[in-house]
Amino acid sequence: MGNVPSAVKHCLSYQQLLREHLWIGDSVAGALDPAQETSQLSGLPEFVKIVEVGPRDGLQNEKVIVPTDIKIEFINRLSQTGLSVIEVTSFVSSRWVPQMADHTEVMKGIHQYPGVRYPVLTPNLQGFHRAVAAGATEISVFGAASESFSKKNINCSIEESMGKFEEVVKSARHMNIPARGYVSCALGCPYEGIITPQKVTEVSKRLYSMGCYEISLGDTIGVGTPGSMKRMLESVMKEIPLGALAVHCHDTYGQALANILTALQMGINVVDSAVSGLGGCPYAKGASGNVATEDLIYMLNGLGLNTGVNLYKVMEAGDFICKAVNKTTNSKVAQASFHA
Amino acid sequence: MAAMTKALPRRLVGLASLRAVSTSSMDTLPKRVKIVEVGPRDGLQNEKNIVSTPLKIKLIDMLSEAGLSVIEATSFVSPKWVPQMADHAEVLKGIQKFPGITYPVLTPNLKGFEAAVAAGAKEVAIFGAASELFTKKNINCSMEESFQRFDAILKAAQSANISVRGYVSCVLGCPYEGKISPAKVAEVTKKLYSMGCYEISLGDTIGVGTPGIMKDMLSAVMLEVPPAALAVHCHDTYGQALANTLVALQMGVSVVDSSVAGLGGCPYAQGASGNLATEDLVYMLEGLGIHTVSPPTPWWRQP
Repeated sequence: MGNVPSAVKHCLSYQQLLREHLWIGDSVAGALDPAQETSQLSGLPEFVKIVEVGPRDGLQNEKVIVPTDIKIEFINRLSQTGLSVIEVTSFVSSRWVPQMADHTEVMKGIHQYPGVRYPVLTPNLQGFHRAVAAGATEISVFGAASESFSKKNINCSIEESMGKFEEVVKSARHMNIPARGYVSCALGCPYEGIITPQKVTEVSKRLYSMGCYEISLGDTIGVGTPGSMKRMLESVMKEIPLGALAVHCHDTYGQALANILTALQMGINVVDSAVSGLGGCPYAKGASGNVATEDLIYMLNGLGLNTGVNLYKVMEAGDFICKAVNKTTNSKVAQASFHA
Repeated sequence: MAAMTKALPRRLVGLASLRAVSTSSMDTLPKRVKIVEVGPRDGLQNEKNIVSTPLKIKLIDMLSEAGLSVIEATSFVSPKWVPQMADHAEVLKGIQKFPGITYPVLTPNLKGFEAAVAAGAKEVAIFGAASELFTKKNINCSMEESFQRFDAILKAAQSANISVRGYVSCVLGCPYEGKISPAKVAEVTKKLYSMGCYEISLGDTIGVGTPGIMKDMLSAVMLEVPPAALAVHCHDTYGQALANTLVALQMGVSVVDSSVAGLGGCPYAQGASGNLATEDLVYMLEGLGIHTVSPPTPWWRQP
């Protein structure tokens, strides 16, 4: 920018500016004029499903233990934004993840809005049964494309973990409960470094063939860049249909949106994100966490892609949880908007 | 090096640019990208605390050692308007000038240009905008009047063999006018290029742009100015900078402005973040296998 006026008057309010650009507010279905629609990036999916992982992946990585009633209020607020999938909690031992110790109370305490799904993590059969008893109607299992990560994270080899997941997914299918599969370290591992696309494909295929309806490919430590995202997806897409894939990008090195754009350009239309970019990175102290849902929606709205999610309401939910956890938001959109 | 303009055929856009942003887009990425480091100027300009002259000089010297080939050092603007840049002459005189690295400075008018030359500037930059209102509020004149000022600078620069880089602000949106048409951006860019600027940096000044809008704007501009003469300058106010930059690269732009540490906020959105961070940009480029141009090894570093 050139000379900057020290006092800025008369410029458009941020609401007006953003409304004009159709980046903010209601979803853009029907709101774009024809001239604008044809001028957007071609080859992108028309609708993108956002899987909100803030209450689970986000909070799991926050140091401050959030009280149960706050978690419930947070999830209830998210339910009113238009999000169709909100990952609620994790039925993991509280010894490993103290933040998720109140999983049963949270699952029972939230208001389950019609049209919204509330998956929960279930690392093993015990967790699965507890989840079902608490009212869960969708579950997730967490694999990794790295042997070392699997050992350090869940104390067993990839092969052993697949065995456990198969038990869970089989039980889930038996009860007509959909199961989502996650593959961690899809673009790099904190212990092994480079992870080959072939390994990611192998693990994804295992999870898909045992019955997971969708596989979320996670750049767990955010080291990926658009090239490595493309190479990984090219490999996985040879074995798993596009419609069954999602990307889960961490923003540790600021690459998340660029990586997500790459995935969208390749036809992926399910993206995981966390409101306010909650969660740090246990492998890089001080680093940022998940890609922020607000920033993701901003990009998708600007691209003219339908999400069904109201950005204002998501920002409000983000503001709520940041105040509750006493942290500043990691969302740039929220930073720009709440101070304006 | 004197700024040169050539008559070039109109570039055919259409299928080529549409394909450029679809699945094979990675193959169309440039092999080398020149980074224009604007931290000491655009970055610091937007920081509230006045940074001391020795610190500014140290920052620029450290950036020179990092392998950057273009570092925008300061702005020869009246300290009344931009107190942070009041020490422009001292900074330009005080920095180490490594061979192979250029240190452009902003010169909003002829007076600033002359002061810059007197202080040793070998390259200058002028700042246009794709918005009439932004021009009025920012530099207190109409767009037409601004071009007259720039013309005077360009003529003087040509006589003195000094290169001139042009900036166009508000290319993806204006804090006063809102939407900015790609045609308007193309018009202003073409004007600056034909007046003699060797390169035009297209700035998403308030960071409101998203990848589709970046593509539309570049498609229009590339009809008038060759891609090799273009740069993008993305602000990260809404977290879109790297994604927007990626699209620009996919369309053939190979010069990117960024600011170390993502310096600078946004005067139009209090509390917001600033420029695209050079570190995050380099991380992406290196991950993509793109070379970031660095100057030849100076004699004192050769074995």
